[in-house]
Amino acid sequence: MKTSKKIGLGLLTLGLAVSLVACGGGKKADDTATGGDKGKGADYSAALVTDVGGVDDKSFNQSAWEGLQEWGKENDKKKGTGGYNYYQSNSDSEFTPNLNSAIDDGFNTVFGIGFKLQPAIEEIADANKDTQFVIIDDVIKGKDNVESVIFKDNEASYLAGIAAAKASKTKHVGFVGGQEGEVIGRFEAGFVDGVKSVDKDIKIDVKYAGSFGDAAKGKSIAAAMYKSGADVIFHASGDTGNGVFSEAIDVMKTKPENPVWVIGVDRDQHDEGEYDGGNVTLTSTLKGVGTVVKTIATDAQDGKYNGGKTEVFGLKDGGVDLTKGQLDEVNPDIQKAVDEAKDKIIAGDIKVPEKPSKK
Amino acid sequence: MNKKNELVRSIAVPVISVLAGLLLGAIIMLVFQYNPVEGYGAMIEGAFGRAYNVGEVVRLATPLILTGLGFSVAYTAGFFNIGLAGQALCGWIASIWLAMTFPDLPKALLVPLCIIAGTLAGALWAGIAGFFRAQFGTSEVIVTIMLNYTILYISNHIVRYVLTDNADATPKISPNASLRSDFLTQLSGGSRLNGGIFLALLMIVLVWVLMKRTTAGFELRSVGLNPLASEYAGMNAKKNIILAMVISGALAGMGGVVEGLGTFENLYVLSAAPEIGFDGLAVSLLGGGNPIGILLSSLLFGVLKIGGLKMPSVGVPKEIVEIVIASIIFFVGINYAIRYIMDKFAAKKMTGKGEA
Repeated sequence: MKTSKKIGLGLLTLGLAVSLVACGGGKKADDTATGGDKGKGADYSAALVTDVGGVDDKSFNQSAWEGLQEWGKENDKKKGTGGYNYYQSNSDSEFTPNLNSAIDDGFNTVFGIGFKLQPAIEEIADANKDTQFVIIDDVIKGKDNVESVIFKDNEASYLAGIAAAKASKTKHVGFVGGQEGEVIGRFEAGFVDGVKSVDKDIKIDVKYAGSFGDAAKGKSIAAAMYKSGADVIFHASGDTGNGVFSEAIDVMKTKPENPVWVIGVDRDQHDEGEYDGGNVTLTSTLKGVGTVVKTIATDAQDGKYNGGKTEVFGLKDGGVDLTKGQLDEVNPDIQKAVDEAKDKIIAGDIKVPEKPSKK
Repeated sequence: MNKKNELVRSIAVPVISVLAGLLLGAIIMLVFQYNPVEGYGAMIEGAFGRAYNVGEVVRLATPLILTGLGFSVAYTAGFFNIGLAGQALCGWIASIWLAMTFPDLPKALLVPLCIIAGTLAGALWAGIAGFFRAQFGTSEVIVTIMLNYTILYISNHIVRYVLTDNADATPKISPNASLRSDFLTQLSGGSRLNGGIFLALLMIVLVWVLMKRTTAGFELRSVGLNPLASEYAGMNAKKNIILAMVISGALAGMGGVVEGLGTFENLYVLSAAPEIGFDGLAVSLLGGGNPIGILLSSLLFGVLKIGGLKMPSVGVPKEIVEIVIASIIFFVGINYAIRYIMDKFAAKKMTGKGEA
């Protein structure tokens, strides 16, 4: 009885204390917020807003954030307002408030990471002419304060397709996409075309998880694919793909005699395929989101911001690529075939489709 | 005397829950070496710093009021409607579909039509669960959970193949169907605040009148208190089960309409059922099922979620905000413990004073 009374009293007083503290903090924050610092050069600051997935998705958002961090360190910026920062979106309704928070905090350049932010940026760009926006993976035309960045993911995926086709022993490969749409469509189209360029008879399973953040779904899709005989899966699905890796590792642990592989996406996912006894990551397609974020931030700081323009990055300029991974360990011919195709794509002899053909 | 005590307690329990949740959040921030004063300071600035932020807080609270009211109606009648998310999505789809089909109708006609369509769609979707419950005694919890998934995939299919040609979002609806108005947008510094808030406030009054001042409301309440006794007293249990679910779904559908015509002005491919469903459930529990309580707790959710977006500015990760919200719900969930402690406390005081 006595203790419960004490607990009750304790909770109340502590609660009150916290609410008082919180109010006090509010006042302080208001005071500092009024002196917003908009600047150029040394005062220049940049932030990014993630799509659903977060800066630790081991793929798309993470590489963008890594690029921004690198830029910040090289330019002696501090993480936080006035330097560099990220705003994480946990749902689609948070894109607009996050963009506004970034604008509010006085960042000069605000990156929208992913095509999902396109409508939100389009909507607020006109009302915030002083802020330079950058949209990755989509195009916003006719606005001087929005720069658009597109990657030719289909080219890197084509190379991944060649690698998958050459590495597959069962002549059966799989593709796991995040959400259907223009961007992941490029991955699918390139991959399928690459596989077919090696052998028209290879079976390709294409499945979409419907989300970039559902590792459990990724795992169950991968399980079904491996069970039906596929031995290489290329995933273009952000966080969902972590389930594909985990399933591949489980398969390798139970049945090491039939090796299975995963092809990673957007950044070198070698570490994600690591397990005691080996590694399931065959190779990864690279998407230079980090490099591009870094370059644009550096340029914008020097006053060279390309507002209103659309920039396209492909194999030619190193915007996308395929890692060496374990290609050589599986079969030394693979790297040769990949390099040949790469040269042909750069020379324009191979045109990789951007949209998957309708079934 | 007893009644007054009960009133004090029903206010004290959610307030203590919120404070305890905030306290737990502060402790977690301290443990991970963030400054809770700065963290909560940023939250308050993020929620009230500018007219825009206040607008967004109210914008976020609007659909929660509706789904929260929806949950409370079913809960009062003894049902746990966990399918608010699916019913809201149903309303969202119906309103967008209608808005896209008749983009040129005058605003005064199109907006009410879309709201009615969305409300009916939500009611219908919940009615399925109500019908099964009344007819076969199936658990409404299981049925509504399943219906959440069903409508999620139906919705994604409709977006992709019916309303658009394989795109992942429908185009923006015509201004004639939008709940937004220049007045509200300008008033709130360009936020997505919309006319849905008036709809929500109206529903607060209507639901209160329905539950407290009408025969139907009395029947719903008595079915919730004791279904057997109500039936013995001559009330139709089946009718009341279905009615409770239908009203609940209608309100959730309205919440979906507000998201569709107000917040997003389109429908897009979702990876999960709209979060206003489960947040509405939490809001209703926190508000003790009382319309005014629901209004206040919806606004609190708005402050936490919109304000929380600002917390990364001072280095506190956003996950902390989620932990605070989750711990508030946790403390609401164990409100029996809080009541127990308060009871002991009150009893002690009484005996101490030597009064009976």
